[in-house]
Parts: sequence; C-alpha cells; structure tokens
Amino acid sequence: MSKSVLKKSSPLLNGNGISNQISEKRLEVLKTYKIYIGGQFPRTESGRYYVATNSKNEKLANMCLCSRKDFRDAVVSARGAFGSWSGRAAFNRGQILYRVAEMLEGRKAQFIDELVKQDSTRLQAEKEVNLAIDRLVYYSGWCDKYQQVFSSVNPVASSHFNFSVPEPMGVVAAIAAQNNSLIGLVSIIAPIIAGGNTCIVLASNSKPLCAVTFAEVLNSSDLPGGVVNILTGKVAELAPFFADHMDVNATVLCEPDTSLVAMAREKAANNVKRVFSYDKTDWLSAESQSPYYITDLQEIKTTWHPVENIGGAKAGY
Amino acid sequence: MINTKAIPDFSVSPHVDQVGIEERASRFTKRSIKNETKLNGLLLALNMIDLTTLEGKDTDGKVKQLCYKARHLHDAYPGLPTVAAVCVYPSMVKVAKTALGDSGIKVAAVATAFPSGQAPRDVKIRDTKFAIDQGADEIDMVISRGKFHMGEYDFVFDEIAAIKEACGDARLKVILETGELVTYDKVRKASDIAMYAGADFIKTSTGKISPAATMPVTLVMLEAIRDFYYKTGKRIAMKPAGGISKAKLALHYLVMLNEVLGEEWMNNQWFRFGASSLANDILMQLMKQKTGLYQSPDYFSLD
Repeated sequence: MSKSVLKKSSPLLNGNGISNQISEKRLEVLKTYKIYIGGQFPRTESGRYYVATNSKNEKLANMCLCSRKDFRDAVVSARGAFGSWSGRAAFNRGQILYRVAEMLEGRKAQFIDELVKQDSTRLQAEKEVNLAIDRLVYYSGWCDKYQQVFSSVNPVASSHFNFSVPEPMGVVAAIAAQNNSLIGLVSIIAPIIAGGNTCIVLASNSKPLCAVTFAEVLNSSDLPGGVVNILTGKVAELAPFFADHMDVNATVLCEPDTSLVAMAREKAANNVKRVFSYDKTDWLSAESQSPYYITDLQEIKTTWHPVENIGGAKAGY
Repeated sequence: MINTKAIPDFSVSPHVDQVGIEERASRFTKRSIKNETKLNGLLLALNMIDLTTLEGKDTDGKVKQLCYKARHLHDAYPGLPTVAAVCVYPSMVKVAKTALGDSGIKVAAVATAFPSGQAPRDVKIRDTKFAIDQGADEIDMVISRGKFHMGEYDFVFDEIAAIKEACGDARLKVILETGELVTYDKVRKASDIAMYAGADFIKTSTGKISPAATMPVTLVMLEAIRDFYYKTGKRIAMKPAGGISKAKLALHYLVMLNEVLGEEWMNNQWFRFGASSLANDILMQLMKQKTGLYQSPDYFSLD
C-alpha cells in the first residue's frame, strides 16, 4: 500500500501504518473463570469443564470441573499456609479481613452484574453484595475478640494457673451453600479464616461466577496464598474426598442432602475430623452471623502452669 | 588399578548440549506410570534411600532415632523394605553401627572435611581412615572444587585415588557438588575424573549448596557413567542427593535411570537417593495406594 493511496493523515492509519480506529462493533473480551489454589489461578489439572447457565438457559461461562487431585493440591497449599496464618497476630488477621471488605466494596458493580446474570434482580443483588461486605467487616472485628470472650481462667485445687483458650483446628474443607452465589461463600470463608484456620471451599455448582471473582478480591487483599482455596465442580463427586482426606481437620457442609452428610460423618471417622452441617441456615438472615461460627472451628486447649510458691510467699500483685 | 595409558585427557571431555540435556531430562517426567508399576517403583525407591542426617547439632540420640527409623519405616505397613544405608558424620559412625546391628543396613560416612573439602590431604586421609576404623561401610568424599576450577585436574584425580586407597574395601562415593561446578561441561569433566580415579559412586551434591540434585545434572552424570562403562566395562553407581523430597520426583529419576543405564542399575547396589524427607513422602504415597485415602504427615514418624 503506497502513501499516495493512504495519506499520513488518513483516519485508518497512524504513522506506523497500524490501524488505530476503534470499531464500534468489537468482540467482548470474556473472562476465563479459573480456580484458586495457593494464591494462583490454575485451571483444573483434569482439563474438564462444565457450562454454567442461568434459568433462561443462557450460557454464562465455562467453569472448571475440579477433580480430587485439584482438591489434594489445595490441601497441600492450605496446610503449607496454616503455620504462618495461625501464627499471625489476631489483629493483623482482622486488618486483612477488613481489607477484603474494602476490595469487595470497590468491585461492587462487578459482583452485582454477575448476580444479575445468575437470575437475581438488581435489588436483591445489591442487598447480597452489601451484606457480604458487612459480614466481612463483622468477622474482621471478631478476629481479636473471640479469644477473650471464649477463653477462661479456671479455678483449680492445686497450685496451678489453669487457663483454657481456643486454638484453630487447622485445615478446613467446606462445601458452600449451593443456592446462592456470593453470600453463602463469604459467610463460610470469613469465620474459618478469622479463627486462624486455612480452607478449601467448593463453590456453588449452579451459581459459580462470584466465587471466582471473589478469589480475585482475596488475591488483592494481602491475604497470603493458600489461606483460602476455591474450587468449582460437582458436590457429589468431591464430597467423599472432603470427608476422608487424612490431612483435613474439619469439614463444613451446607448440604440439605442427609445421606451426603451421613456419608461425610462416616468417612470423617478415619482421622476423627470434626463435621459441621449448616443445612438450614439462611445466609441472608441476621442470625447467620455469629462468633459461634468461629468457635465451631476452634479447639479449646487447657494449660496447667505451675505457680511458683517460694517460701510461702503470696502473689505479689 | 587402571592402566595409566587408558586415562584420557580430561581437558577434552565431551561438551554437553545444555538445551538438549534439559529438554531430554524434562521428557522423563512425562511418562505414564500405571498403578502396579508405581507401587513397585515406590518400594524400590524406598530401598534405595541413604537416610541422611548431617547437621552440626547431631547427637547420639538423633542418630539412634534415625537408625530406628531406618529399620522400622512404617510398621503399619507390613513387609516394607528397609532403606539402603544411613549417612552420618564420621564421629557418629560407631553409634549408627551399633544401632543398626544385624539389620543389613549399611553405614555411610561423609569424610574428607565435608562439606567444603578445604583441608590438607593428610587430614582428609586421616578423616577417612577414622571413619573406616569406626566401622563405616561406605565413604562419601567431596572433591576439591577450588582446585578443579583452577584447572588442577591432576590434583583432584590424585586426591580421589589417595582416598580410594585409604578406603580399603569400603565403597567410595565421590561428591562433585554440582551446584558449585555451575556448568554441565564441568560436571561431565568432574564425573570423568572421579570415575577414572577409582570412584565406586559418583554423587551430585552435599545437600548444603543450592541447587543440589536436579534431573538434567543427574542425566549428565548418568551419561558419563554409560560412556565409561562402554569404554572400560566397569560399572559405576550413581547417587543424586539433596532436593529430592517427593515420591513423584523419585519415580521420575527411576524412569531416567532405566532409560539411560538400564535394568542392571535398578537396585541399591548401583543407585541411591541421598535424602531425609523423601522416605516419609514415599511412605505416604504407599499408604495412599493401600488405603485409598490421602495421607497426612501427622501419622508418620518425624525424621
């Protein structure tokens, strides 16, 4: 193409001969929804996917159909992250949870859009996102307070200073509520990590979009990689592994299916992991947030500390 | 002894194609291994481990505990093999020898001013003889990397030969410390020098320097062993050490061993893993195969 045909001032070409005209009809760049393991966004190792649709049967996205190996990898990173996360100052955990709320606030519009795509009305969607943000702030506040409220100094008959304190259980495998996209997920994750545990969460199978976007929020919130791992896939396929993995210390289920809960309880016996079933909770209600969701995933540990008793002296203060 | 005329000029050791060797090594990690093969591979890898503790803080108690672990890897899994050897400092050889008793597990001692090797030759020989007197079955020596970099190949060669002589019947493992040799060409050259000087094993690393054993560097050494075997008919053993802590990686090494040197090398006479945490990972994989449950380190002994 010679310059005589297209002059330098032509609207189609810039100085390098590259078109910089913005077409009115452009292809939308769609997000690839991937899973969240160890602070990274890999695809499932199995290479499988399923199509998430809404009630009008419109295709929303191709989602990773996670396998047990993805779960295994997630447990490895959750276990790796547990030491430093539980060892952090409780106040710092609170700061990070608050930061998650800040980030979510900033991306509110995106979450509302995704909820609307997944059959919410705009009003419902706005309410759900606001509630999720408030809930994160709520648990952020509890991070450095539940210890005082739930620990005790115990009177004992011998010369010991005896106290009981809650300590995080470890790695928690959770299956989030299947009937909503965001609030169920946030309501499960927040109390788990507020208490110093790390987790692997299986998001809603039918409404998975917000889970992956929420992982992006977590990833930009100073939350160390591996503390929260989010998978997408089928509950029936993955639940047995959530229940029988020997390196998982507790399983949280939000499943109405009683046979699945019974199966989980049975398999959990292998390493005596705790099983919690929140099947009847309405995550949009005010009762669905409480410090007891934190203490469910805490072990109370009691320490007997000998009181030094020199020459019959009494305590000096 | 090898006829001196047969000793080649080490300055013309073959060059290594870096891109090629790394590409080739990565291929071994993509083989499909079926369950039964995997199970046998894991048991074999377990049997090839030199269970190692080489810390300044090692105590008699720590070594005894390690020896107990060597004999009883995981009693919940009956019929497991033991590891091949326990690898300790010379001062711990007697403790290890007593603790291992008649189990058939060998005691390997790192000698020659491990890990730096920066000591006069007579000190290194005394160090070696001390370990032998204490009852070591195998000696792991380090080469003088400084002298090697200065091009004094004769010095390195003579030193290995002198230590080999001090070893008597004990098998000699020569540690090249590949992380300090840096290039594959130098690894190849050092391998050739060690084998011609009388090494029974060539070993990648002390475990104190990073990078330690990698698959490409092990492949370079395995190829040196293969070429040496073709030239002299003498079989040399291989020991990658340091950084191999996952069962899957150990299986990749076995695939590589089988494809480069063949089945004659697939036993603990001719191949070892220098490792401490590898054993537990293999045990966890074996228990996974047996029970179908993903395992937790909580249920395995500390090492």
